[in-house]
Amino acid sequence: MNRNPQLNKHGELQHLLTTEGLPVSILLHILDTAESFAGVTEREVKKIPLLRGKSVFNLFFESSTRTRTTFEIAAKRLSADVINLNIAASAQSKGETLLDTVNNLSAMHADMFVVRHLQSGAAHMIASHVRPEIHVINAGDGRHAHPTQALLDMFTIRRYKKDFHNLRVAIVGDILHSRVARSQIHALTTLGVPEVRVIAPKTLLPSKVERLGVRVYHDMVQGLKDIDVLIMLRLQNERMLGASLPSAEEYFKYYGLTQEKLSLAKQDAIVMHPGPMNRGVEIDSAVADGKQSVILSQVTFGIAVRMAVMSILAGN
Amino acid sequence: MKIHIKNGRLIDPKNGIDAAADLYIATGKIVAVDIIPAGFQDCRVIDATGLIVCPGLVDLSARLREPGLEYKATLESELEAAAAGGITSLACPPDTDPPLDEPGLVEMLKHRTKNLDKVHVYPVGALTQKLKGERLTEMAELHDAGCVAFSHADASLANLHVLMQAMQYASTFGFSVWLRPQEASLTNNGVAHDGEIAARLGLPPIPVCAETIALSNIIYLARETGVKVHLCRISSAEGVAMVRTAKQQGLPVTCDVAINHVHLSEMDIGFFDTNCHLVPPLRSLRDRDALCTGLIDGTIDAICSDHAPVDEDAKLLPFGQAEAGSTGLELLLSLAFKWAETINIPLIEALSKVTLAPARILNIDGGHLTPGAPADICIFDPEEYWKVTALTIKSQGKNTPFLGRELPGRVKFTLIDGNIVYES
Repeated sequence: MNRNPQLNKHGELQHLLTTEGLPVSILLHILDTAESFAGVTEREVKKIPLLRGKSVFNLFFESSTRTRTTFEIAAKRLSADVINLNIAASAQSKGETLLDTVNNLSAMHADMFVVRHLQSGAAHMIASHVRPEIHVINAGDGRHAHPTQALLDMFTIRRYKKDFHNLRVAIVGDILHSRVARSQIHALTTLGVPEVRVIAPKTLLPSKVERLGVRVYHDMVQGLKDIDVLIMLRLQNERMLGASLPSAEEYFKYYGLTQEKLSLAKQDAIVMHPGPMNRGVEIDSAVADGKQSVILSQVTFGIAVRMAVMSILAGN
Repeated sequence: MKIHIKNGRLIDPKNGIDAAADLYIATGKIVAVDIIPAGFQDCRVIDATGLIVCPGLVDLSARLREPGLEYKATLESELEAAAAGGITSLACPPDTDPPLDEPGLVEMLKHRTKNLDKVHVYPVGALTQKLKGERLTEMAELHDAGCVAFSHADASLANLHVLMQAMQYASTFGFSVWLRPQEASLTNNGVAHDGEIAARLGLPPIPVCAETIALSNIIYLARETGVKVHLCRISSAEGVAMVRTAKQQGLPVTCDVAINHVHLSEMDIGFFDTNCHLVPPLRSLRDRDALCTGLIDGTIDAICSDHAPVDEDAKLLPFGQAEAGSTGLELLLSLAFKWAETINIPLIEALSKVTLAPARILNIDGGHLTPGAPADICIFDPEEYWKVTALTIKSQGKNTPFLGRELPGRVKFTLIDGNIVYES
């Protein structure tokens, strides 16, 4: 297991499990391919036949609306057959193991699995046990990775900022529990962003987060200075139930994004959020709906990026 | 049966011997080293040319999974594995199902192992009933039944008042208490060292202070109660430093480390290798180096296999859900040997950590080759490499971070009480 399990022996993408360790050429290839698909989604007839006859299984062991839907739309626009499985409510609750579930579905001649699971490493484990002709896309595993989200964020950043090499990007919020943040950090550093900051109270940061190549801030006033791209993370309510945070109100006061705090960043800074948003907790409505927000564009681009990933995998 | 082991390289840490010497065995005992006793007639000659002859290994922690967990392993499978690994004595922790908290269970275990006529098994009794951390077990009765010490295995003992009373009670009878320092409330649901790898892979972390805070509690309570304490599976640099200080202050503590932790670090988790899901977690490279230093300077007395056979399905799960533990009986010798080579220390010192030192902690007559001692002996080929695979491992548990690797040091013979119990 020392070899990067995402790449085949020719160095091509076999699975998409994490943005970590992917060469910049593959990241750019995905973004460029997505660029060509972005047009398709605006056409009258939105289908192209790249995945005709292929079966894509959406395997969601954890509930999701947006990610599952955009994967489904992406697969259908590529003319694939899409089977949605909400496993949280089916076999696993009857005691079937994860690998048994996957093996059963492989026996139904799946070509691609899109997997979401609440445990870090679930997608890696599935990828290491499926037949070599099957491709696995990680749609979120525990706190570990959510690579297509990070890629669509990179796509969005490139659309608005053109070049990665002169940007300062800040990720604000619950880094500790966020698979999105981890995938964004790896993608940003690989694509050459010179300064990635994380801004959060210490209870929401992994203890060795600086080893991921980021600068750590605990204060929004300092952290947002000269920032080009602001990524706000969703704060889960359960953080307030444990001892991570005292209250949503205090969090909003110190780490929520308001118009006032946004003014500390560069004038043309863009505001992103992977969704779903907690208005009034991590982001004020005026900012979420304001002119610097590109949050809805992220969702639209998500389809093109997922089409790009699926078509590249199917071609390898 | 009389046995003459000839032409071997004899390594006996207790007597400081590392030299070519023959060994003579009769009526289950070592009768002479190097010089043939008068009137000794061979029944069996073992030609140990090119081989190392050392005391049989003594393992301070090997889960045999009986009673109750036979789907993971059985006494038959694990004692055979132990013999194949050159181990002649082992201590088994009380975390069976039910736990070893009643004399009847211990007597049954002793009886079963005796009938198998292989490795000497020394049960470690439960410190509290059902390992729940509430009520004390009948330690004196358990001792009479065969328990050599009392521990809480990996179960949490949150109530410090109970721990203190357990220590006081054990110390009344002069029993040792074996404890693995880990504060459960800080371990939380953690599965990996709170470091770079946990940060990268998004694995729930276990901070070092989960070990040091528990260690601090244990050390203060040991001082208060005067009980003999053995600290199990130390994992961090800070933990080693605390044990070093406690020993310097003259506290009656001993300490062991698991062999995996001597070789590996969090880095070995790689892409979620569940065979590296261990308890305590593999920590940083700095911690691993401190464990090695602690072994060399004597802060850490012994190395154990921390053998924990896990059934295959329990490892075929995402990292956080996979069962912790690794098989180790058959790897202990090879890995101790490899450790000596890697950090370039005399083999006699490394072997001492898996023979003499653990025998002293167990307070048994073993781990040495003095004439008169039981003939518990391991003979191995230092030049032969073997590949760790599901087929080469006899233990029912095939789970180890070293799966697929080639290791040096192949056991050729294992003798217990003068009987050849393993021969390859």
